[in-house]
Amino acid sequence: MSAPLLSIDDLTVEYRTARPVRAVDHVSIEIAPGEIFGLAGESGCGKSTLAYAVTRLLQPPAEIVGGAIRWTPDGADPLDVLGLDGRELRAFRWSEISMVFQGAMNALNPVHTVRSQIEDVFVDHRSGLSRTERRARAEELLATVGIDPRHLTSYPHELSGGMRQRVMIAIALALRPRLIVMDEPTTALDVVVQRTILDEIDRLRSELGFAVLFITHDLGLLLEISDRVGIMLSGRLVEQGSSRQIQDAPRHDYTQHLLRSFPSLRGDMPATGTRYVDREPERRPS
Amino acid sequence: MTTLEVRHLTKDYRSHRGHGAALRAVDDFSVRVTAGETVALVGESGSGKSTVAKMAVRLVTPTAGEVLLDGVAPARGGRADKRYRSRVQMVFQDPFSSLNPSLPIAYQLARPLRIHGVVRSAAEEERELLRLMEAVNLSPAKEVLRKYPHELSGGQRQRVAIARALAPRPEVLIADEPVSMLDVSIRLEILQLLDDLKRENDLAVLYITHDLATARHFSSRIVVMRRGRVVERGRSDDVILTPVHPYTQLLVRAAPDPASGPFAVDLQRYERHPEVTLGALDPDLDTWPEDAHWARDWRDDDADRSLVEELTGLAAASR
Repeated sequence: MSAPLLSIDDLTVEYRTARPVRAVDHVSIEIAPGEIFGLAGESGCGKSTLAYAVTRLLQPPAEIVGGAIRWTPDGADPLDVLGLDGRELRAFRWSEISMVFQGAMNALNPVHTVRSQIEDVFVDHRSGLSRTERRARAEELLATVGIDPRHLTSYPHELSGGMRQRVMIAIALALRPRLIVMDEPTTALDVVVQRTILDEIDRLRSELGFAVLFITHDLGLLLEISDRVGIMLSGRLVEQGSSRQIQDAPRHDYTQHLLRSFPSLRGDMPATGTRYVDREPERRPS
Repeated sequence: MTTLEVRHLTKDYRSHRGHGAALRAVDDFSVRVTAGETVALVGESGSGKSTVAKMAVRLVTPTAGEVLLDGVAPARGGRADKRYRSRVQMVFQDPFSSLNPSLPIAYQLARPLRIHGVVRSAAEEERELLRLMEAVNLSPAKEVLRKYPHELSGGQRQRVAIARALAPRPEVLIADEPVSMLDVSIRLEILQLLDDLKRENDLAVLYITHDLATARHFSSRIVVMRRGRVVERGRSDDVILTPVHPYTQLLVRAAPDPASGPFAVDLQRYERHPEVTLGALDPDLDTWPEDAHWARDWRDDDADRSLVEELTGLAAASR
């Protein structure tokens, strides 16, 4: 693997509620340029919290209590992501790392046109572009994600779920980031639409060369599209490896359990309908 | 032992108070589900599968066609509908919204027991509630019965919803996307439960889903719907392993399946599988052998042209 673009090192995030919850527990992940890293786990395992930590979007009561996140583009000096403040953070976010949110179908503003929502990114993050340049770039972006630029004047409700998702991806691509965090980007979509979006992400990745941190509870899907996969359970990263290795030789019980919990469509993989009990916290002194 | 038979169901929705153009949500749909059997109905959103479910439990009145139980069309109207629903029950998709958040579980399960006259006394009710909790593996039963929906996990809530559907002791169960809102890791658990209950109670189950993999593993036959019409039907393995209709092929190709090689789209597959009948008209339930593999003939169908073009592109790309 080439030098990592993003290194998450021993990251720990807690929610400082009445009973503090450790949502991310000493997690270390490295993502190389142009790589798709898939993060799998069930609801509540901390995968979205991790994504929000990377993009510095965590709000109280969530607090990063330990670890570091480093950003190293093209052999430049590593940037301490957790140390960024105000203007630095604004410059970093979206132009270096952007995000496609969970339920992105509803993340678009219903009272603004597609054009104004795409152009907003340029107005907000890079005041250099003129009005005509912004228009041209918005058109180009829509075309990039396979939508006819005449939809620039459309409102979100005039578009199908799949098209809205493409618009969200166009917005994430706007400043040509090196990494896009995608949190359950296809969960609300039909299988057929999901497949076209996944094909699209793969195509754009090979054309534009960005890396992806892809988060979903659907391990089957993740194994197909990711180069490497990490499995999270109760805040801990219990296993990581290449998709092939996770598929063929999973080491952790929980990974094996997850693999058994979705039947193969065309194969004869036996599936189980049992529940996995996480025994780790009982064994460990806290 | 009850057989659910849905015959030539059609549903038109009219917009603008009946003056607009009609949208045909379901077009001449037929299926037979015998006791102790699960039949899967698959298709994308908008294909009409949920409308079929709603017509089967009488939440929606069909424009044409009928639903028969053991070959008889049950009467319609207030009391008759109630009697009908004690025989045909439904499990809804979203366990987060299908339970009343302001009432304890015990109340929500006791209502159908009372309404459908399953129990007559408090003691009977208590016994029956515990039996239902045991049937869906929710324990400790007494404690869970006292809880409110928000105190339960999604999987537990769906178990409660299943228990509620079982309360009137139905003979037919319509499960409309019963696990699609749940985490992948607990889906099988719930489907396994439905499967066990089907066997124990000799239920006829119509399983509505967009997930082909669980459709194949939990049902003996699959019916594929697109735009209100059946496009392919047959034994589960036949439909999934040798899909003939372009739409079925599109679905099979789209479903994640990391354990198998990539699926090859092949529009000429039917030529090598003479056992598959291609037809323009749906097969007649009375004469059609249930296990036979049927696909709608798409070759001269204008409605399928864009689909076929898309598939041709995919077939070329996968070569």
